[in-house]
Amino acid sequence: MADATVAMPAAGAAAPRRKSSEGAGAAPWLLASPALLLFIGLLLVPLLLTVLLSFHAFDGARGVLPDTTWRNYVEVFSDGYYHEIFLRTGGLALGVTLLCIVFGVPETLILARMKSPWRALFLIVILGPLLISVVVRTLGWAILFGNNGLINSSLMSLGITSEPVRLMFSMTGVAIALTHVLIPFMVISVWANLQKLDPQVENAGLSLGASPLKVFWRVMLPQLLPGILSGGIIVFALSASAFATPALLGGRKLKVVATAAYDEFLNTLNWPLGATIAMLLLLANVVIILGANRWVERRFSQVFDA
Amino acid sequence: MTFLSLKKLTKHFDDFVAVESLDLDIERGEFISLLGPSGCGKTTTLQMIAGFVNPTRGSIVLEGQDITALRPEKRGMGVVFQSYALFPHMTVEANVGFGLEMRGMGHSERAQRVGETLDLVRLGGLGKRFTRELSGGQRQRVAIARALAIRPQLLLLDEPMSNLDAKLREDMHIELRAIQRHLGITTLLVTHDQVEAMTMSDRIAVMHGGKIVQLAMPFEAYEQPGSPFASAFLGKTNSLTGRIVASNQRCAIVDVNERQLHIPHGGRSLDGEVHVFVRPEKLRLSPAGDGLPGQVKTRVFLGNHWMLQVDTTLGLMSVSLPNIGEVPPAEGSAVGLTWSDDDLRVLPRQEAAHG
Repeated sequence: MADATVAMPAAGAAAPRRKSSEGAGAAPWLLASPALLLFIGLLLVPLLLTVLLSFHAFDGARGVLPDTTWRNYVEVFSDGYYHEIFLRTGGLALGVTLLCIVFGVPETLILARMKSPWRALFLIVILGPLLISVVVRTLGWAILFGNNGLINSSLMSLGITSEPVRLMFSMTGVAIALTHVLIPFMVISVWANLQKLDPQVENAGLSLGASPLKVFWRVMLPQLLPGILSGGIIVFALSASAFATPALLGGRKLKVVATAAYDEFLNTLNWPLGATIAMLLLLANVVIILGANRWVERRFSQVFDA
Repeated sequence: MTFLSLKKLTKHFDDFVAVESLDLDIERGEFISLLGPSGCGKTTTLQMIAGFVNPTRGSIVLEGQDITALRPEKRGMGVVFQSYALFPHMTVEANVGFGLEMRGMGHSERAQRVGETLDLVRLGGLGKRFTRELSGGQRQRVAIARALAIRPQLLLLDEPMSNLDAKLREDMHIELRAIQRHLGITTLLVTHDQVEAMTMSDRIAVMHGGKIVQLAMPFEAYEQPGSPFASAFLGKTNSLTGRIVASNQRCAIVDVNERQLHIPHGGRSLDGEVHVFVRPEKLRLSPAGDGLPGQVKTRVFLGNHWMLQVDTTLGLMSVSLPNIGEVPPAEGSAVGLTWSDDDLRVLPRQEAAHG
């Protein structure tokens, strides 16, 4: 319906001036060309080169060889070392995504209930991590996480633990730091979703005898799924490909896919293998995200069509 | 015994006084309307009764039990919201059954109650649909069914008709009234539409500035407005200013622009400057030379009646004439206006300062 009513006046206006409207056919391309060139030059071309690179053979003495091969892919798929890295990265991304949902959704609901000066203030607090350089932010966490750091010394002086909890060079630490910086994406996404909801539905739930917790679980959460999904996709993709935080807090031994690819490129100098790892990360990301998207949209189709 | 009693109910939002010391008693089974313009405090009053807003002062007593501090989910009131506030991720059945599910009602009993309620609002057969697949009128019926399914002690309607078109609205007025009578459910309607309030209510509470300025049955509220505001808000009225010349037991003699009018004062003691009101339909048109002389300024045809504005020495007077198949005098014609002094209403001037 809406399409038809929008299309009709446009068609009517175009009909008498058919010639000039045909001449304007180039305008959209011209207008889009800067962005298009940027997209082709800085994304498609390097991506294509990386794909090609990943099919080249490599020799420690002679470097990248001209002949093409599947060997890099076979190596990654057959070596348990890489399996572990990919599983660790997947687990990290999933964990960070869940943490962002668990903390971000209630955070957004609380934020939405705040009054005028506080709401803006806390929104800045939530967005804060994005405003700080990744290195400074991560080194800040390193100071807190150390065995003699603030967190461990307060835990021990409070008598909660007798030994320092391992936060530095552990996945726990990496997950905490990534959640901290990625939660704004979840909050913004859920916030945008929340603005579209009928402000009275919560009261409607209460008036029908549902406790506030039931209202959240049965009324609000299902309607917030589109926002949670899009926030989740951003958080998952960013944490699966995060480099600086795992590199600085995870250390040399706890590799994730991004740091493994980096090491192949810059330490082993095995560029084709690095390219293979990078391509597989991209592929896994796309498959998981599209799959999750399809599944959630089909499972909860009603809230997405509204 | 009074079913629901609001005692000195007050709500301040920071410096803004939304509701000020409001007293209202509602009987069991009664349909009562809070009628007023936006910002008069009517919706805030409803939200305090529903428990969504905490009163600043005062109390709400339901069947002798003080529920002022009771949480909204414990009150068992059915609420129909202006926006309907349906749950878009649930089917019509799940929407209507939600309140029953929260009460722990079993599956089969629930399905039966949902079916009955949907039949009551004539939505039988649409239970499996999702709310976005329904028309505006159907959504509103779902909202009503959802509120009724829990068999609430009190039904609260917050401007439920404002999103419907005029024709549908008229039908819903009558239908909702019939459902309310059939179930005998005590109902409070909040509206700014005087026709809606008059069609459905047993009593109308006209609200203005956070207070009830008049509480009466629709006919009485229309015929004997208690304040200049109530008079102007309920229907149309001609407002004149005059001065009391003399007063006897039944009538006040009021001087309006050199004319002496004998107006029943209804027991009010009046003095000095006063307001005089007359409804447009109480004025009659007569040939020039008879009654108050005037000239027709505008003439509008509205189907079942004509609306005229007549320029007189008392000012511009609105006159409403039923359409009885005759065309009234054209614009520019000289006419006379007559009325029965019993149809005039007089109110003290001071009240107008508030209104």
